[in-house]
Amino acid sequence: MLSSIIFLPLVAAALLAVLRVPDRVARWTWIAVTTADLALVGVLIARYETPADGGLAFEERARWIPSVNSSWHVGVDGLSVPLLALTAVVFCACAVYGLREDRRPRQHAALFLALQTTCLGLFAAQDLIVFFLFFDLSIVGMYAAIAGWGHGREAGRSALQFFLYTFLGSLALLLGFIGLYLAADPHTFDIPELIAAAPLQDHPVAGGFVLAALLVGLAVKTPTIPFHTWLPPAHTDASAIGSAVLAAVLLKMGTYGFVRIAMPALPDAWRGAAWVVLAVGIASVLYGALVALAQTDVKRMIAYTSINHMGYVVMAVGAAGLLGGGTAARELAVTGAVTQMVSHGLLTGALFLLAGVLHDRTGSYAMRDYGGLARTAPLWSGLFAVAAFGSLGIPAFSGFIAEFQVFAGSIGTTAWAAIALPGILITAALFLRALQLLVTGLPGGRSISFSDVRAVEAVPVTGLLLLSLAIGVLPWLLLDLITPASAVLVDLVGR
Amino acid sequence: MTGLLWACATVPAVVGAGLCVSGRRADRVAPAVGIVTAGVVLALSVAVALGRPATSAPFLPGAVFGLAVDALAAVVLPAVAAVTLLVLVFSAADVSGARARYTGLLLLFAAAVVVTVCATTLPALLFAWEVMGATSYALIGFRWQEPHRVGAGLTAFLTTRTADLGLYLAAGAALAGGSGLALADLPGLPAPWRDVAAAGLLVAALGKAAQLPFTAWLSAAMQGPSPVSALLHSAAMVAMGGYLLLRVSPLLGATSWAGPTAAWVGALTALLLGAVALAQRDLKQLLAASTAAQLGFVVLGAGVAAVAGGTAHLVAHAATKALLFLAAGAWLTALGTKQLPALRGAARRWPLVGVCAAVGALALAGVAPLSLWATKDAVLAGAHEESLALYLVGLAAAALSAGYAGKVLWLVWQRLPADAEAGYDTEEEGTRQVRALQQAPLVVLAAGAAVLGLLALPPVGDTLRQALDGSGPTPGLVELAVSAVVAVVVLLLVRVRPLQPLPGWLEGWLGLARATDVVVVRPVLHTAEALARFDDRVLARAVTGAGRGALRTARAAARFDDGVLDRAVAGSATAGVRLADATGRADLAGPDAAVRSLAAGTRWLGGWARRTQTGQLHQYYVSAAVVLAAALALLLAVR
Repeated sequence: MLSSIIFLPLVAAALLAVLRVPDRVARWTWIAVTTADLALVGVLIARYETPADGGLAFEERARWIPSVNSSWHVGVDGLSVPLLALTAVVFCACAVYGLREDRRPRQHAALFLALQTTCLGLFAAQDLIVFFLFFDLSIVGMYAAIAGWGHGREAGRSALQFFLYTFLGSLALLLGFIGLYLAADPHTFDIPELIAAAPLQDHPVAGGFVLAALLVGLAVKTPTIPFHTWLPPAHTDASAIGSAVLAAVLLKMGTYGFVRIAMPALPDAWRGAAWVVLAVGIASVLYGALVALAQTDVKRMIAYTSINHMGYVVMAVGAAGLLGGGTAARELAVTGAVTQMVSHGLLTGALFLLAGVLHDRTGSYAMRDYGGLARTAPLWSGLFAVAAFGSLGIPAFSGFIAEFQVFAGSIGTTAWAAIALPGILITAALFLRALQLLVTGLPGGRSISFSDVRAVEAVPVTGLLLLSLAIGVLPWLLLDLITPASAVLVDLVGR
Repeated sequence: MTGLLWACATVPAVVGAGLCVSGRRADRVAPAVGIVTAGVVLALSVAVALGRPATSAPFLPGAVFGLAVDALAAVVLPAVAAVTLLVLVFSAADVSGARARYTGLLLLFAAAVVVTVCATTLPALLFAWEVMGATSYALIGFRWQEPHRVGAGLTAFLTTRTADLGLYLAAGAALAGGSGLALADLPGLPAPWRDVAAAGLLVAALGKAAQLPFTAWLSAAMQGPSPVSALLHSAAMVAMGGYLLLRVSPLLGATSWAGPTAAWVGALTALLLGAVALAQRDLKQLLAASTAAQLGFVVLGAGVAAVAGGTAHLVAHAATKALLFLAAGAWLTALGTKQLPALRGAARRWPLVGVCAAVGALALAGVAPLSLWATKDAVLAGAHEESLALYLVGLAAAALSAGYAGKVLWLVWQRLPADAEAGYDTEEEGTRQVRALQQAPLVVLAAGAAVLGLLALPPVGDTLRQALDGSGPTPGLVELAVSAVVAVVVLLLVRVRPLQPLPGWLEGWLGLARATDVVVVRPVLHTAEALARFDDRVLARAVTGAGRGALRTARAAARFDDGVLDRAVAGSATAGVRLADATGRADLAGPDAAVRSLAAGTRWLGGWARRTQTGQLHQYYVSAAVVLAAALALLLAVR
């Protein structure tokens, strides 16, 4: 089941790459395959039952590279199911939005289908080599997406920077993986075995170095400051769909790595580094928000809010490593972190798709070029306002659920986390400012004769926002999945 | 009964969201839908006030979404619902354009207020609290075509959200202290966390209630439509700040400092904002400052644990201030101005509006037996028990309210000047009419403003006090008499001796907006810009610089490769050849020549040696003799 979910898009991608089907067929095939995959993930969630004793569900294992004890090992738990679902949803939304893509649509569809496989595979991987394989392939896919379908003048350059930077990060990650492999006895790349063994538990120095390698690798991908500078140019020059996938799904690979590998496999080292992680998280929250506030380009602004939002996740997982606070608070922090990954995916995905509409109509992301869009494009304005409010953490949307848990849990663990609270406020200020510049006032500049969103643009955005609303109003739908897994994780970190 | 409580919150939320989403298509039906929904909410709120249900739904791990109607909520909820209904009735005749959006937002706001009133856990409270803030932003900036109105909404939202951070902090403190997230559990927290939670809630409440130092947003918020002010800035949003403190009064009392702090902030706000109100020349600005000042009494009541008095004042003020805001709105729509000088004699144009406004102004002034007279004294009685200074500040604030209420009262009831029209239509095009739907709510609210003082007087007041305070201080006859006399004297004073212009800093709301701008907004923006420059010029450049450095290193390596290594290899080959040449030459010049010259020497010697071989015996004999003689000589010499 799990393997077919992972490889269905890849098979379709291979067929689309080889068969010279008409553009129309290619576009609709893309939608059909992502929808089918989404349905399969839906079935998986419906049949998912939290495994007893913190194990995995839908586990599959096959021989692969026996010489280094690496196998094709996939499985899901409460940390990965929400991200699998998010991946399927975001790619499906992008497929619908992609109906309007007229540059090499067949290759475009094939590329994104292949990219979907790498994302799904990563979130299901239970073997470090499998994880690393998908991690690197996603970088390759994204490079192609930015370089091939980006629209900035410097798309090639941005794509190259993205590729080199994140590839460098992945090398650090690989170093860490090899460290774990060598430390384990017998040597293995299998994640559950490594977690059970916690091989570097009594080796503070070696454990510290391995964790440092993992942290750098994951921090580049997340990204946290000071490793974030590849993000704004990559977003500015990527297409709407590329940005949506990059922000909604690819960034999660970094934060997912924390909760899947770094925390449970190196509990001792994690507790030692928790203060550093917490500090980096807090700094990312404030720095990302402040720099976003100063942007004049709406897409760059959204990109910087990603650094802020991912900062909440990093702060929460850092707090989870501080044993001073109560278990309940640390569990809440981890649950909040995973919720934030999903929430950020939905809301920022929607925001990037909406920003794509601006570029599609006028070619400009500069906020001062617009104004009064509420008159000429009321539907776009309404959707942007909802997405902006959701993203700044207004209740009834998923962002609030995530941020409340992150803050209550983190502050409940350490009062230092309260330093990050102004992040919520600055985010509110910057989104309201963007709304004011783009939407309100009298139509001027490029707003005049701006045509409102079409169905293919409105439908995916609305879908993403509705999901965020559902999580915001009925959070237990999602939290019931995550909570048992975060309890297990907090337990493992506390070993 | 719990179903009714859920309905009370979800019905306006769902209808409101529906109206917002359906957009202009629903404009025609929106006012009717809004009024019916608000009527349903009012009926439901009365029902739950009588039934007192408590319920909860799963929400977050370890924290339910708890709603309950206790004695406090049972008093406030119907009052808020009633004002919402009346405001929607008034709006049906007053607000034009985008009515679906307007009504929808107002209903969403009302739903948030219902949840705020009934919330028993922090997540539920914060949920509703922030929705209230967001909808108030949208309502203040309702006319989005005019940027300054949206800007005012932004100011309001950001200021109140700054204070809201206190609620996040309180939630963290509750978890850190090990108690649940229920509001009732907070007083039982261990020491440092209890103080943090109290501080967080206090800040959040002071922000919403527009108390010092957060007051400035309320002035900006007057850019919103008048009916919005009537709801948000009398009965609901601002009042919810005071309400929260009433609800967590036990927590304030559990710490040594939170109660007195709240009491003094409330008293000083009542005093200073009373003076600000007195200095205003714009009716809505005056009413706004007065709102902050009157909420000061509620906060004071919560600080001194006079919960019943504070609650009564909250409800009575809601009716009074909603009435006055609606009257101001009616005049603004009809005459196109809210400037006090231009409103001279306005009350005489529409006597019913004028009479209602007069009742409101007299109640606000604290004239006996109208409502705010008794309710304010119930609060002041609590203050008196706490400290005399607090009581005297409160009394001075009460005198100021008589002053500004009198200022409005006498002005609007003056004779209509002949050139009245000249002052009209300065802010919008007036319609010169006040419709029946606008007048009806005024009558209801005026009745409320007149009689709601019963909430603080026996016998209703005693019942309320028993339900809320257990045993609290009651105002003595002397106190009641003193405040009634003060009110009348000040009213008459204002009539006899009209006010001199007051200093500009009072009219300018104590310079709070400027101070916020200078102390908070500009530094933050400057920091943001500086960081953005740092990000572009230092961090990003460091990375590209590192990349460029790598490229430069590569080029240098390539040059080294070409220029040094390669040349070294080529050079060593050349050198080898040259060395071979040299060696060859040296070989020819050295050993070879030596060998050859040796050979030549040997040959030459050989030539000489050959010349002795003559073949003639005598020559051989001579030779032998010479050799022998030489040998003999040598022998002799050696011996």
